[in-house]
Amino acid sequence: MSTLEIKDLHVSIETEQGTKEILKGVSLTIRTGETHAIMGPNGSGKSTLASTIAGHPRYNVTSGSITLDGEDVLEMSVDERARAGVFLAMQYPVEVPGVSMTNFLRTAKTAIDGEAPKLRTWTKDVKAAMEQLRIDADFAQRNVNEGFSGGEKKRVEILQLELFKPRFAILDETDSGLDVDALKVVSEGVNRAHAEGQMGTLLITHYTRILRYIKPDFVHVFVDGQVVEEGGPELADRLEEEGYDRYAKGAGSAAIAAPAAAQA
Amino acid sequence: MTEITTEKARIGAPSAQPFIDGFTEEGESLSPINAAGSKAPLAGASAKSHSHGGGVGVPDSSRAGRLTSYKLADFKPLTGMEEDWRFTPLKRLRGLHSEVLSGAAPTVVVTGPEEITVESVGRDDKRIGTAGIPEDRVSANAWENFAGATVVTIPSEFEALNEVSVDIEGTSLDSAAQHLVIVAEKFSKAVVVLNHRGSAVVSENVEIIVEDGASLTVITLQEWNDDAVHASSQQAKIGRDAKLKHVMVSLGGDLVRVTPSARFTAPGGEAEMFGLYFADAGQHLEQRLFVDHAVPNCKSNVLYKGALQGRNAHAVWVGDVLIRKEAEGTDTYEANRNLLLTDGARADSVPNLEIETGLIEGAGHASATGRMDDEHLFYLMARGIPEDVARRLVVRGFLNEIIQQIKVPSIEERLTEAVEHELALTDN
Repeated sequence: MSTLEIKDLHVSIETEQGTKEILKGVSLTIRTGETHAIMGPNGSGKSTLASTIAGHPRYNVTSGSITLDGEDVLEMSVDERARAGVFLAMQYPVEVPGVSMTNFLRTAKTAIDGEAPKLRTWTKDVKAAMEQLRIDADFAQRNVNEGFSGGEKKRVEILQLELFKPRFAILDETDSGLDVDALKVVSEGVNRAHAEGQMGTLLITHYTRILRYIKPDFVHVFVDGQVVEEGGPELADRLEEEGYDRYAKGAGSAAIAAPAAAQA
Repeated sequence: MTEITTEKARIGAPSAQPFIDGFTEEGESLSPINAAGSKAPLAGASAKSHSHGGGVGVPDSSRAGRLTSYKLADFKPLTGMEEDWRFTPLKRLRGLHSEVLSGAAPTVVVTGPEEITVESVGRDDKRIGTAGIPEDRVSANAWENFAGATVVTIPSEFEALNEVSVDIEGTSLDSAAQHLVIVAEKFSKAVVVLNHRGSAVVSENVEIIVEDGASLTVITLQEWNDDAVHASSQQAKIGRDAKLKHVMVSLGGDLVRVTPSARFTAPGGEAEMFGLYFADAGQHLEQRLFVDHAVPNCKSNVLYKGALQGRNAHAVWVGDVLIRKEAEGTDTYEANRNLLLTDGARADSVPNLEIETGLIEGAGHASATGRMDDEHLFYLMARGIPEDVARRLVVRGFLNEIIQQIKVPSIEERLTEAVEHELALTDN
């Protein structure tokens, strides 16, 4: 069993107005086999957490730590993190012109496993995974994400999740922009990967809708760069009924305090 | 990628009265004096009257006004201030612009289907001058000095299954002049590959005649040795319903300056012009192209992509597209993309679009020069791919779009390998 541990994480970004702190002390522990949902309103820092774990250069960790089985993740480069077993399903996957999906998938798999996959089984695996996610076979010949619709891009993210078999999967609003059918297909993919028992999942979402298909063990509510409430799946049901309004009031004082501190 | 500019030409909205000077109901005439019958340099009388020199009333800024002549003396000595030479380091031209080009021209060996005719002809051959007229001093210098020409003819209605290879091998650094004529006769179809290799200091004129209904692909590969200096004016005359695909690839040489042009002489013509260049430290790779829409209902599409790495790697791309008043129904687009892989490299990119009629299908241009997109790298690296491999994937992908256009598997493979080789140098 593996553990991804985030301790008192503070993250800031550079903006035209100066340095802005987005995460203000986040602590979270995820073990393989567990599914954690992170929910919160827009701008609460959910996606920042996802990108920071993956190592996006835009985000500066000012204090705190992220460790994977005790190893310092923050010391690792982006590709080292991926090879250590961290996978980020991106909110807005970019198009990479001129690089075919086939070539990309094989190159990534080779990098992650440290050896080239056996050609025959690999081709079969890719084909089967694509079929299950209802991705047209001709996507393999197309360039990475090029001309894919929003829903197609998300399915291809989950395709990679299933093929690369990470220890920790971070799904950054994978559900947004999906219709119900696509949402089901994508959720099934995540559940298949989860069923193998070797993966911990951090599911970041704005809506409770996806939680009907992917059952979380823990729910964390994120407001203004902090976890303001934690609980089991029942917390998601409550959010569905009440929304985020009641946290917004509580967070109000913190939100006002922050700019004041910045001026000081 | 930064600085993306895209412009769409205005589609002329008829108005009763031109109330803005320079605008008519057909759109914009860039200068009122242009209205006085602009003529393509090759339209009819070009080959007969030798000097065209802009003429009266055509402004310097218009591509239509550029001096064209077969005589070297008509072109003033270069100072480097001229619009079409301002990016070129004249000192590195090794006399192509100033000396008598008396060196031995690179050897030419043509291989291809036996139906193709290959002739070595003298200066007085009647085909010489049918598609080209020098537009700059270096080209005129070659015209004045070339000893003989190679004429490759694809006979009418012949469709070549295999490509025609024209191997141009440089063996000396004495400045030389070269002349080639490629004729695709009516309804023929062929791929002609110009392989430039070895060491040479050469100014070359290539005339390309695409007769009515013919479909010709010309691939010009510059894989010279590091010491080569090469100027190549490649002018194509495109007939009715004829199609030219021109693919330019510059990889090797100290200074390589290719100036391809496509001139439509009858309606229904189509020109596709692609380019790929990879400039390393100290290399100067320049490409200036010209598409002359002089007749109605022709189509052109231009895409040039370049990668640059190392100190003083310099690439220049200038794309002139002229839609003359007569060229109603024109559809054209041109774009240039540059990828700067390291500090110290420089790319100049200048798309020029002149439109003298608003009654067109479309006209656009775009240019972007930038570093590698960090988001591309992040995406690939987030999948475990190490940075150097990811960079190579992105560059390969970027240039692949041009290589894919060649459609001759053996050449595509060779160029892919050549690009890999260039990329391997990045790591050092």
